Amino acid sequence: MSWTKKDLLGLEYLTQGEIELILETAESFKEVSTREIKKVPALRGKTAVNLFYEPSTRTRVSFEVAAKRLSADVINIATETSSVRKGETLIDTGKNIQALKADIIIMRHNCSGAANMLARALDISVINAGDGWHEHPTQALLDIFTLKEKLGKIKGLNVAIVGDIAHSRVARSNIWGLVKLGANVTVCAPEMLLPTEIERTGVKTSSNIDEVLKNADAINVLRMQFERDEGAAFPEQLDYYKRFGITEERLAKAKKNILVMHPGPINRGIEMSSGVADGKNSVILEQVTNGIAVRMAVLFLVSQAREDKG
Amino acid sequence: MSILIKNGRLIDPANKMDAAMDVLVKDSKISRVAKDIKAQADSIIDARGKIIAPGIVDMHVHLRQPGREDKETVATATAAAAKGGVTTVLAMPNTSPTIDCAESIELLKGIINKDAKVNVLTCASITKGRLGKELSAIAELRQNGAYALSDDGCSVENENLMLQALQEAAKARILTICHCEDKKLSGKGVINLGFNSTRLGLRGISNESEYKRIARDIDLAERCSAAVHIAHISCQESVEIISRAKKKGVKLTCETAPHYFSLTEDALLEYDTNMKMNPPLRNAKDLAAIKQGLRCGVIDAIASDHAPHTENEKDIEFERAEFGVVGLETELAVSITQLIDTKLLDWIQLFEKLSLNPSRILGIERGSLQEGMFADIVVISGEEEWQVKKSELVSKSKNSAFLGHTLKGVVDYTICNGKVVYKR
Repeated sequence: MSWTKKDLLGLEYLTQGEIELILETAESFKEVSTREIKKVPALRGKTAVNLFYEPSTRTRVSFEVAAKRLSADVINIATETSSVRKGETLIDTGKNIQALKADIIIMRHNCSGAANMLARALDISVINAGDGWHEHPTQALLDIFTLKEKLGKIKGLNVAIVGDIAHSRVARSNIWGLVKLGANVTVCAPEMLLPTEIERTGVKTSSNIDEVLKNADAINVLRMQFERDEGAAFPEQLDYYKRFGITEERLAKAKKNILVMHPGPINRGIEMSSGVADGKNSVILEQVTNGIAVRMAVLFLVSQAREDKG
Repeated sequence: MSILIKNGRLIDPANKMDAAMDVLVKDSKISRVAKDIKAQADSIIDARGKIIAPGIVDMHVHLRQPGREDKETVATATAAAAKGGVTTVLAMPNTSPTIDCAESIELLKGIINKDAKVNVLTCASITKGRLGKELSAIAELRQNGAYALSDDGCSVENENLMLQALQEAAKARILTICHCEDKKLSGKGVINLGFNSTRLGLRGISNESEYKRIARDIDLAERCSAAVHIAHISCQESVEIISRAKKKGVKLTCETAPHYFSLTEDALLEYDTNMKMNPPLRNAKDLAAIKQGLRCGVIDAIASDHAPHTENEKDIEFERAEFGVVGLETELAVSITQLIDTKLLDWIQLFEKLSLNPSRILGIERGSLQEGMFADIVVISGEEEWQVKKSELVSKSKNSAFLGHTLKGVVDYTICNGKVVYKR
């Protein structure tokens, strides 16, 4: 199995083999972060540009750390202070970055499909760091990496994704990845937060968290965003916590070693209790650590693909 | 001036004629239709192996002039029309200014008289500024030469106001064209609601937002016996509702656009903004229903909904891009490819949808090749294939949903009012 794609846009577009290759590559990079000198020269002389159209700390910093541990140069473009504010189009911005001879653009954008569009317009690599409600592939890869590390496999695992599935790119990427690797995935949310025909991805749906928790080997709890302006009335925060919030009481009825994951940042007391977030089942901070290894793998593989093409 | 078109296969839907016939054009009219005409003529067109048909009457075209000449002008749109075999267009009123009063009609007519290469009919807005607040002076618009009324791009939300409009339109004997969309349901949607909107992470537009508003407008039309035409239908339920109303005897016609019988939402999987239009491309079941509606006659007309947009408005993030596609240059070939080649319609039926029915709906004496009619004629190489290329489109905007597609049917000549306005 070798990697041939210049971009990483989403897990929908990857084969099972490609996903496994990223996970294997990440495993070998994980060790780098434990060394005294946390650096390898794999991307020396390469330039990666963080182009973030949405506020993000965790993903941006994670990519920056990953790129630096591979010895790449990293430039951060904050769109609030760049010519984007002067009305430059996304494609023009991308072409300018390409003209600076950067090698990789890591982009976060609030519009679904923005990374696909940019990747089509450019010869350099584009890594999607989250586009609208569409995909957030490296988040899903680090979730899957963590699952595999903790539970030894993905195939046959019962994984539940809980929360606002309709507006979640994390959910979509996790669904594609987990289903391709053979997990049994259930998405659990109030009816109105389940997107149309989501079953066609191969998942089951449920609006009963207690039922879902009975069989789950792992649960990935999404951030609830009540501030979103979606017209339709969102469930009240308190009501949501009562019906779907992951609490110690609920978890007590689940499998003893159930893994609790969250892509962060956590709303304590909204989608999960503090006790659960900090409890023995939580692997939330390990996810953050694994994010670096996974992003190193992705940065490395897309760079290799471009070099191979000459 | 006279033109003799010889040796072709003549299609005249008005007489259900599909036969080897010659056509003699004198000045602006069709002078004779007969076998083997021996008359002298200023020019002779050899149409051996070609189709001779009435020029297309496209009742849904956005000319963009006045106001958005960067997208399209009367000159460029009518050149595109001529190239596509279209000899009459109905110009939608959502320009700047809106065509909603005698003065703006005059303004548009001035441009048409100067620049138009084919017939351009004006459609005026139902409400002033298309704002859905206050009715335009409907009788006056009629007297000043408007052929129809439409707030295209919007439906008149206020049901009472729409009822009043239809009452006025019935009195003035003018057609009302309804853009049927309940924006409370379609909201900020950008593609069809379904599995693809889920996987692409885009807001969906339900079939319901279209057919519920069609049902309302049919109900209103029935109450005041107004002539109503439903624009750009895209989904199965719309076909069914219109079919039922027609059976009941409601005075009602409708159109669809070529993209709704040739493309589905699967064309959107790469976020191609040239596939973004309103109503959106639907699923395979809807496409089949639209085709069936054309076949059984529920759908009266094919119209392009030609909606030019600049590259700046299309080459951006999907949800920010404008809705709409150009269609004047491809509607005939897409129709031939999708409807004739698949034997869904025969040539007579196709030109009923493209030429005859739209003429009857608009109340104009065109869309037929009978002697004495205006000579609006298209000569087509029906079997010849061509590829749609951006560089070859003459429309000012290039936002075609068919770029790269291979289509059947090339226009050799377009004759409008007895004059050759396009020659290959």
